[in-house]
Amino acid sequence: MSLLYHSVTLDSDKCMGCTNCIKRCPTEAIRVRDGKARIINERCIDCGECIRVCPHHAKRAIYDDFSRMNDFAYKIALPPPALYGQFNNLDDIDYVLNGLIAMGFDEVYEVSRAAEMLSDATRRMMKEQNFKKPVISSACPAVVRLIRVKFPSLCDNVLSLLSPMHIAGRQAKKEAMEKTGLAFDQIGVFFIAPCPAKITDIRQPLGVEKTWVDGAFSLAEIYPRLVDCMNKVKEPMPISKSGIIGVSWAGSGGEASALIREQYLAADGMENVMAVLEELEGERLSELDFIELNVCQGGCVGGVLTIENPFVAKARVQRLRKYLPVSLNRFNGKMESIKWREKLEYIGVMKLSEDISEAMRMMEEIERLTDNLTGLDCGSCGAPSCRALAEDIVTGKARLNDCVFVLRQEASSAGIDISSDPRMRLITDHYEKETAK
Amino acid sequence: MQPIIKTYVIPGDDFTHAGEASGKVKAMLKQLGYDSDAVRRIAIAMYEAEINMVIHADGGKATVEIHPDRVELTLQDSGPGIEDVELAMQEGYSTAPDEVRALGFGAGMGLPNIKKYTDDMKIESIVGTGTKIYMLVKAGKTS
Repeated sequence: MSLLYHSVTLDSDKCMGCTNCIKRCPTEAIRVRDGKARIINERCIDCGECIRVCPHHAKRAIYDDFSRMNDFAYKIALPPPALYGQFNNLDDIDYVLNGLIAMGFDEVYEVSRAAEMLSDATRRMMKEQNFKKPVISSACPAVVRLIRVKFPSLCDNVLSLLSPMHIAGRQAKKEAMEKTGLAFDQIGVFFIAPCPAKITDIRQPLGVEKTWVDGAFSLAEIYPRLVDCMNKVKEPMPISKSGIIGVSWAGSGGEASALIREQYLAADGMENVMAVLEELEGERLSELDFIELNVCQGGCVGGVLTIENPFVAKARVQRLRKYLPVSLNRFNGKMESIKWREKLEYIGVMKLSEDISEAMRMMEEIERLTDNLTGLDCGSCGAPSCRALAEDIVTGKARLNDCVFVLRQEASSAGIDISSDPRMRLITDHYEKETAK
Repeated sequence: MQPIIKTYVIPGDDFTHAGEASGKVKAMLKQLGYDSDAVRRIAIAMYEAEINMVIHADGGKATVEIHPDRVELTLQDSGPGIEDVELAMQEGYSTAPDEVRALGFGAGMGLPNIKKYTDDMKIESIVGTGTKIYMLVKAGKTS
């Protein structure tokens, strides 16, 4: 397996070692060790759920510093349609696009344009019927990565076409090279990211070796500066070339409804996405043609790097698109040019062992240990559940007395004072600090 | 190699939890590194049998035996039994009540699907006593 890049990271200083993130992680990729959360790299899918839930803001997304723009002679911004839902009283998308120009970009290429191209290409592909149905959208990188680690039999159902961000990056750079005569390396294409999963998908795309997108800025970080620039725009230049279809990709259901004729399902939010994937794996949704899944509630408007509540943002996008034409972009290129080069391969990171007999022996031990633990799933040991602790013990990553109840039992039966245990000290130190205040 | 044996009690008349046992078995097999085709077939076959038990027999008991090269499942209930097993095996034949069909079940594909996805199946049913279904799925991967 290649070295995994992640855009979700931990700020150790801020981490309190609480149980919020470990309980929320869909792939059980976080453990608290020595009072700090640790991300298990192979399992992390960069969904950003831990960033959303961390009360201490210890989980962060890694993105490019805005100054990285200066590395390029010609700079292009790729705003996602989710950005349009972030502004109060906005009635024209061009204010946003002109604001980006005022911020220092030479050009803006709307990702919603590429979304319309992809919708067109998908519609064409769906007519051919020579692929596994139902087709699962590959636009949400966290969904694709979730399938890759947890749903082996669904890997072949994933739509093997580039996502709008990658298509937009390529179109933008190609057109700019023709227009300006500048070389590939002199043009910088930057995505305004609503979530960390998209940033990971730039650094380490799936299905293709590399992307034409050079980097990503956080939507939340550039937001105040963008609002400032937008307020200075008096008469916006007409830049936007997106229709209802492209702009609707901002929220859940936008991509699926753009297919027009197909029977579809659109689900959003991590729990719902997992439930639908389970149903698909059980072949209980075979009557459907297309499945749109977004791990964030509401779709991309719910990304952890957005500002506005997803429902408010979605309502605003609905208002903005009201008087737009249906679609302004078609896909005129060769299908091959937007197809993935590599198949999506299952990576068995949850597997206990490569050897099935060894795995079975470990499983027996896990089952036995789980039955003997309290079943409270309190998370105090640093694992998300008693079963996860049992797995960690059997795989040599934890000890039985990491369970505070086991520890208490052991101590009291041996007549030992457990106040010197590092976890107990954490509690007593904290208590002393609080009472001293 | 000793098989892993797990027993599950399937509650009757409870659609909100129907499918939980097969879900657990699926998760366990994935963790064991079973080949994905076998996992898929086992999960679907067991799910169908589990749902049948909930609809027709007020629940029952499922026993799963996991061997390195195969999984054997036995689902036993004390329900009304099947009068004509051959007829019940036909696609589209169902005796599920209307309220169950309203939930999207009872399409008459349960037993045919079990047959389709398993490498062997046996039904023993006595009217008034209950039904026992045995299923075998061979794993492609051995080591």
